[in-house]
This record gives sequence, C-alpha cells and structure tokens, in this order.
Amino acid sequence: MSNVLVCVKRVPDPTGEVVLTPDGMRVDGRFAGYTTSPHEEAAVALAVAVAEASEGTVTVLSVGPPESIEQIRAALAVGGTDGILVEADSDLLGPADVAAAIAEAVQARQAAGTTYDLVLLGNDAADTGDFQVGVRLSYLLDRPVVAGIQTVEVDGDVATLRGEGPEGTEVYEVTLPAVATVLEGGVTPRYPSVMGRMRAKKAEVETRTWSGSPAGSGREALVVPEPPPSQVTVLGEGAAAAPALVAVLRELKVVQR
Amino acid sequence: MAPLPSSARCVVIGAGIVGNSLVHHLAELGWTDIVQLDKGPLPNPGGSTGHASNFIFPVDHSREFADITLDSVRQYEELGVFTQSGGYEVARTEERMEELRRRMSSAKAWGIPAELVTPEQVAEKVPFLDPSVIIGAAWFPTVGVVDSLRAGTIFRERAVERGALTTVPNVEVTGMEVVDGRIRAVETNQGRIEADTVVVACGVWSPRIARMAGAHIPLTPAVHQMISVGPCEVLAERPGEISYPIVRDMDTFCYERQHGSDMEVGSYAHRPILWDPDDIPSIEQAKLSPTEMPFTEDDFDPQLEQALELMPELLGDERAEIRYAINGLLSLTPDGYPILGETPEVKGLWSAAAVWIKEGPGTARAVAEWMTHGNPEIDLGHSDIARFHPHQRTRAHVRARTSEAFNKTYGIVHPGEQWSSNRNVRLAPMHASQRDLGAVFFETAGWERPHWYESNAGLVEEYGDACMPREHEWDARWWSPVINAEHLRMREAAGLVDLSAFAIFDVVGPRALEAVQRIIVAQADVRVGRVVYTPVLDERGGFRSDLTVMRLAHDRFRVVTGGAHGMADKKWFADRMPEDGGAVVVDLTSSWTTIGLWGPRALDIVSSVTDADLSPSGLGFGSCREIEVGGLHVLASRISYVGEFGWELYTPMEAGAALWARLLEAGTPHGMVPVGIGVYGTTGRLEKGYRAYGTELDTERTLMETGMSRAKWKDQDFLGKDAVLAQAGEPPKTVLCSLTVDDHTSASGRKRYMLGGEPILTRDGGTLTDGHGRHPYVTTAGSAPSLGKHVLMAFLPPDAAVLGNELAVSYMEELYPVTVAAVDATPLFDPGNERIRGLA
Repeated sequence: MSNVLVCVKRVPDPTGEVVLTPDGMRVDGRFAGYTTSPHEEAAVALAVAVAEASEGTVTVLSVGPPESIEQIRAALAVGGTDGILVEADSDLLGPADVAAAIAEAVQARQAAGTTYDLVLLGNDAADTGDFQVGVRLSYLLDRPVVAGIQTVEVDGDVATLRGEGPEGTEVYEVTLPAVATVLEGGVTPRYPSVMGRMRAKKAEVETRTWSGSPAGSGREALVVPEPPPSQVTVLGEGAAAAPALVAVLRELKVVQR
Repeated sequence: MAPLPSSARCVVIGAGIVGNSLVHHLAELGWTDIVQLDKGPLPNPGGSTGHASNFIFPVDHSREFADITLDSVRQYEELGVFTQSGGYEVARTEERMEELRRRMSSAKAWGIPAELVTPEQVAEKVPFLDPSVIIGAAWFPTVGVVDSLRAGTIFRERAVERGALTTVPNVEVTGMEVVDGRIRAVETNQGRIEADTVVVACGVWSPRIARMAGAHIPLTPAVHQMISVGPCEVLAERPGEISYPIVRDMDTFCYERQHGSDMEVGSYAHRPILWDPDDIPSIEQAKLSPTEMPFTEDDFDPQLEQALELMPELLGDERAEIRYAINGLLSLTPDGYPILGETPEVKGLWSAAAVWIKEGPGTARAVAEWMTHGNPEIDLGHSDIARFHPHQRTRAHVRARTSEAFNKTYGIVHPGEQWSSNRNVRLAPMHASQRDLGAVFFETAGWERPHWYESNAGLVEEYGDACMPREHEWDARWWSPVINAEHLRMREAAGLVDLSAFAIFDVVGPRALEAVQRIIVAQADVRVGRVVYTPVLDERGGFRSDLTVMRLAHDRFRVVTGGAHGMADKKWFADRMPEDGGAVVVDLTSSWTTIGLWGPRALDIVSSVTDADLSPSGLGFGSCREIEVGGLHVLASRISYVGEFGWELYTPMEAGAALWARLLEAGTPHGMVPVGIGVYGTTGRLEKGYRAYGTELDTERTLMETGMSRAKWKDQDFLGKDAVLAQAGEPPKTVLCSLTVDDHTSASGRKRYMLGGEPILTRDGGTLTDGHGRHPYVTTAGSAPSLGKHVLMAFLPPDAAVLGNELAVSYMEELYPVTVAAVDATPLFDPGNERIRGLA
C-alpha cells in the first residue's frame, strides 16, 4: 500500500494573456480565475493512479491562502483521499519557506503515524516558476529526489520514474520514501465526475499553519515581456494571392507539385 | 477583411444574436448601407450568444415576451436551425404544481400547446429522470433548441446578399460623437464612421458603449452558472444534438438540457453575481471568451446535489466528467424587460439590449420596424428604453433590483408581488401622515403609494361580506378586504387619494396648440380651463397612451399621465415638438403633487376649506380652475377615474402635506377616509369600465376594439387619424368587454378569485379566437364591491361579445362560469354617470 502526498498550488490560470497586479508583484487572476498549475494536475493524476494500483491513499496539500481549499477540493474530486491546507500568505513566502512548510506537515503526519512513501510536486509553479520547492523539500526530508518525471510506477518499495530528457527517455529506479517533481505530458488529467465532486466536498481537510518565519522570495517585481514581433507574412489578398500560397505549400511539402 | 467605411446610413454595434438578426430585418425593410461592427471575431465574437444554452420555452406570463418568443421560433424554424425537443417543467412541491396550473392558464391565453402530466409520463420520455423526486410536471411539446451562431451567420449573409451590409469584425468602438443631442459618428480603433443612426446591440457591454454618447442602458452583466457533464452513455447512443426533452427543475431553479453526449446543467439558484461592464476582460485577457468567466464551484455545489437527485444514474456515472463549467455572463435589467428603442438622451442612438436567445430574432424584427416606420407590429411598451425614470437608471437601482430578481428567474412570482429592494426612493409630501395611518405601500415608478390604509381596517367589520373577503391565500396575497371597504366608504361618503405618482409635463410656446392638436385624438383647441381626457395613438391607430390635458393658457397645455408610463409619454410628446422650438415640453413631475377627493360628500368637505364655488355648476365636469384653500394655491380639475363627483387637486409639492392634512381634517367628520390605489387603480375603475394603459390599451389595440370610438372626429389632423377613419368603417376584430363571475366555488368547495391573465373560454371549456387570431384572456380582474361581483375585462371575439353571453374563465385549471356584462365602455355601476355629474 502506497501513501502518496501530492502538493498543489493555487495559481492564476495561465492560459490567457498574463495580467499583473498594479504593484507588479503578482499575476492577476481576476479574469482568468484560479486553478492548479498544469504540472501539478499531472502530479495529482499520477498520485491517484499509484494509490489506486496499491489500494493506498492520496493526501493533497497546499500552502497558501484559505481559497486554496478550492484547489485541494479539485484534486480530491478526481481521486484524492484527504487534504492538508497550510494557511499562509503566499506573497510572503519564498521557495525555501514553502519547502519548510511542507516538510513540517509531512513530519507532523509522520509523528501521528502516517508516512508518505512518495511525495509528488509540480516541477515549477505556473505563476512564480521558482523550480526549487521539490529539491529543497527532499533535502529537508533527507530523501532522494528526481525532477522532471512524467510517469510513475510503484512496485513494493521501489518506484520507477520516467521523464523525457535531452537524450531521450530517462528512467530512474528509486527506493521509497522519495520525492519527485512532475512535468505535464505523461498523463492526461481527468475532469471530476459529479460523484467525485460530491465526495470532495465531504472529504476531510486539515487546516494548519507553519511555525517558521518566512525568508521571502527576494522578488523585486514581475515583468511581462513584450510579445515577440509577429511572424505573419501576408501573402496577398483574394485570387491574386493564390500563386504565392501554392509556392509556400510546395515549400512545406504540403502539396507535391 | 473589409476595411472600415468612413460613413454609413446605419451602424449596428454588435454581432450577437440581436445585431445579426437586426441587420437582416433592416435590410428586409429596405435599409441599405448598414455597417455592423464587433470587437471580436466572427462567427462568435465572445458575447453571451456564444455560450448560450440556446433552448426556448415559449411560455411566459407576459404577453409581450410570449409573442416575441413565438415570432423568434418561427424565424429560427425558417432558417432551419430549430430542433424541437419538447420540454418539461417539473414540480417537487404542491406549491409549484399550483404555479404550473397558472402556467397552463398563460399557455392557453397565448395559444401555446401545454398539458399537465404525471411523474411517470415524464419518465417515459426522460428515462433517466427519477419520477419519485417529483409530483408532476407541465409538458410543452413545442420547446426546442436553436443554433444561434448559425442563425446569426445566415442573417448576416442574407443582408450581404441584398447588398445592404458590410460587417467589420475585430474593430473596437472607442467613442461616440454627439452634436446637439444627435448622434453624428462612431469612433473606433480603426477610424471614424459617420452615421446618424447607431444601434447599440452589445449585450453585456451595452451600458459602457451607450455611456460614450452620454446615454444610459441600465442593465448589468450577471452570472448564470452552467456545467456540462459527459460523455453520458445513454445520451451518446442517440444521434444529433438533442433527442430527449429539456427538463426545468423549477423548485431548484435549475435545468437539464442534453447537448450531444453531454448533459448541461444550468442554474439560477446561486447567489446573484453581478459584474460591471468595465470589468469584463478583453478577448486577450479571457481564458475562454470574455463572457465565460471562471467557474466558482462553491456556488454550484448545492445544485449539483439536487441535479443528482433528479437524474441519479445519468449524472452519478463515474465515467461522465464535468468537462466544461462556466460563470456565463448574461444581461439583467431592473424590471426584467429588454431595453429597446431610441435613447431619450441622444437622437438617432438606439438600444437593442438585454435580449435573450429566445427573443432575439423577434425583438430584432420589432426594433427594425420601429426604426423604419415607428410602429412595431408587436407592442414593445414594457421594453421601451424611455420607460426609465432617472432613479431607475442608477447603478445602485440596477444592482439592487437585478439581485432581487435573479433567484426569481424560475421562481413563483405573484402578479401583485412588490419589490423589496431600493424602496422609499420617491416619497409623497404626505408620506409621514400616510405612515401614521398604517398605509401599506406599493411601488410605482419609485413612488411609495398607499395601496390601502390599515387605519380603515375597522370598516371591514362594518361592511362585512360586502368586502368580498378571499379565502385562498394566493388570491388574497398582496390584497386586503380593506381595499373594498375603502371603496364602499368612498361611494357612501368620500375618499381622499394621493396621486403624487402622476407624471406631469407642460407643452409650452406659441406653437403649443398646433403641437398638442397633432398628438392627441381629442380636440385641443378648447377654452382655457378645459380638461380633456384623450387617447394618444400611433400612425396605425394603436394606443400609445391615454391621458388628460388641461389647457392652462393660450400657449400652455398641462399633460397628466400615469407614473409608470410617464417617461415614455414625455418622449412621445418631446419627439413631436416643432423643430423651430415653437413649442417645448417641460417636465413638472417633481413640482406638483396631486390629491384626489371624490364621493357624495366631496362638495361639503371642500366647501369647508375653501370659499371657491366648486359645485357642479360652479366648476363643470371637464373644467379646471385655480382656487385658494386657505393660504394654499390649488389647481382644481373636475374629472374622475373612480366614478364619483370630485376633483384632482394640484398643489406645489412643498404644499402637498398641508393640503392633505387640511382635507383629512375637514373630511373626517363627513365620514371621508383616505383611500388607496387598490380602489383608484382597480375597484373604482372596473365598476366604471375605465380602461388602463398597459393592460387594456396598447399599440395593438384600437379605439373601435376598446369601445372608445367617437361619434365624430375633429376636423384637424392628428396622429393615427387615417387609420382611425379606416377602422371606423369596418367591424372590429375583437371587442373589449366586462364580464362578471357567476360562481366562485372551486371543486374543493373553496371560493377562488381570478387575478388577471386567465383565459376566457366557452362555457364548456372550448377555445375562443378573435379576428386577430388571439385567444381571449383577462386583462384586469378585481372586485366591484358596489355590485357585489368580481369583474373581469377581456377582449372577446365579436360574436361572443354579446350582453348576457355565458362563458367561462379557467383559473388554476378549473372552469368558473362568467357572463358578459358590458360590450363597450358602458359602466357597470351608475351607467348614467349621475354621480360624476353631482346629481346623485
């Protein structure tokens, strides 16, 4: 039986145009709404698959404002068992703080009798993109870590982790307990079913706080870069543009002659 | 992509269902050189049309809505984008079943097929619905779904084929150029287009676009939550978009609508979530479209549970996922009606906003007719943008009323139901006194008007059964037997009525006579001091209003009209003033208050506070004169809407409290009581057969049909004269009658009292149809305490409009016998009008 802890972060939905708050310190989620980072959605799907295969459990953890309960419930709706919300002002926390907060929660659960064989995180958060929490957490927990993995299989106390590296697929075998950070792409996250959503609403979520004092992120400001200049070439208009279009299609080998 | 033209005859802003339907209908009516703009791409620029659930239930308690919807369905069918699915409104409670019986009444009245069915019958057609959850349902076979985007594309293509339309997508309106109160041009991020007719058909963005021109379109974007669950095996088995009836789960304010292999669940049950047009994201900022806002799960969770109860197997299937969920934005208005017509602030700037899919094409046709010749075939009186009083255009009012109304979308709304939000906005000068008298206030146009006075409750005992008490809670809701007691006391002694809610405006100037003469049906060239009651007609002879006009000087006419419709009347007059400024309209609504004093003791009462001779010969009927009441300056006008001798007494607003107090004091020894609008608006006028604008009178009704024809017509020309003369030569297609209810006893033995809107049928329940193809329905219902009868007004087919004809009214799916008591405007009470003349 594998107990998996999966960590999710409440982030502004990253699929639309990025809008910053007036102070330039955060991404504004007013229009797009808030969601879970895509990498973490993949981590949730992997965690659920691992737990289901071994009749284990999935605990969903988030460090953030009270509204992060929505992201925890979203993960519970697709198969999570219970949740932990570490209430904190995300703006004050840096990656080291988040790792410490998670470590504290993991240790507290361990003291209470629950050991997480596997801790899954997203490779990086969709809003801040610090790429650090997973590695720092493994250090604090004194566990091995593999970053950028896309699939997980657990057999006994060994996890087989696969990810796409620059030279092709990288395969790691790691003895549990371990930490892994997940990149999207290896699994298709599910939408919740109605029943899943109802279960999520009733699932237990522990609310706690972190005892440490934040070191912060050291972030000065966020900047949205100018969009790259348009690569569009207008070939012409109407029938007159046909020869130029044909030439391009030939060049791309869409048409043969 | 078409370049932006520099000028156009007409610019239509918006390419949703309304803008697209409108360009087609304008082209049909001969408009050319139309330019249509949208800031989004085609065919789905990102407004509410793009995420609409696209289903149509034709039944509605409002005739205007029902007619517009039926016309829309006809148009969708002609385009080939309508799929009939049938639909149920299911009831979980007995209270809802009663409401569904009322829906049957409306359906019959508007000619919409409908029947009540059992839970098992529902489950036959919707096998995944659990019949044990409901106790019954209404079945509407003509319910269906439309492809509103496809419809829009076809409409645009048709207008293009006529050579009438250029559509330019991806262009954003940035400003409006208004010169001397007229629209001159539209400014965009791609340049300026000159046009003297511009239509704002921008849905949720309409207020923002109108504001650029200094006009108001008082709607608010509001969230309607919807989720889509699938794939559902049972749905996927059948081909096409929809093969099962749509279910409205009325008691949970939700609907379930099949969409291919998915089931869409939509909700009007969540807390009202309002947005400001300026806060709607741009196309780039939005995740989906600008009007598909992020879904807020917590708001929807209770509905999920209720939907699961109704369709446990379908929605409980673990393989079916919630794969789409939005907080979709749609437009809500403070009174629930669309916002149509030329803005009162800017000539040439039109609004076609707050229109849903089910009304889109029908509304567009009516607005196009309005823009072309001024007279839409379907009466749009309730939707006229000119209806709003200034306070009703404020953001606070819009937000308050739409928040209050949102959860009533599927609610059970009593016809007399009053708003509870944003009250106490317009208070009569005698308001404090009314409060002390225990007035129960109803609202009209923001005014708090006493509907009855609890201080008169003792009269109910005195008059006993003559007050016609109502046994059933629904019939007695928003009503009191005190109204009937006040009525009887007024007829016996006298009643004092606060009429502060009147809209009052003067037409002033050297050409005032000419202007008024042209607008009203009655002779305007009367001596100074005459008061005329007159219809106001449109060119086709339909009613635009009925009102009174006092000639106060050779160059001054005072128009007095109902508060609810006053702003639209003001615009009607103002639009018809001479261009040279020879006559102008001046709004005096806030300057004058009006107190009505009527009854057999009225003369005694008034004579105790004034030396003026107000006897029948001293101030004849239809005359007005300035008098002194102590130190107060009063304009007394001898007319009556309740059928008694007396006057409307006009005094400056600031003197209203004093005049009220003096009359109250003077009247009490004579048995006079304050009387509410329950008497003035219903019981008094029903006994006298007086018609009311908005219920009996609208643009679809004529003088002949309403029994208001005249023996002779004035020589001068007036609006609608040609039509009236033509109509006078032909038998009417329908006839406004008064009917009395012969027996109120229901099957359960309880007496029931109709409230209006019910169908009139033959005595054995057969359908009646008039010359317009309409089925008769009750326009006004109410007590006639002096007759001891419940009276109904209805337009009947001419062959049924026969005195003594025995018919039936259907109320809550039971038939009650009625008899035709008047086939014209002849009063049921005091038909010789001796009381008004002061002879009784």
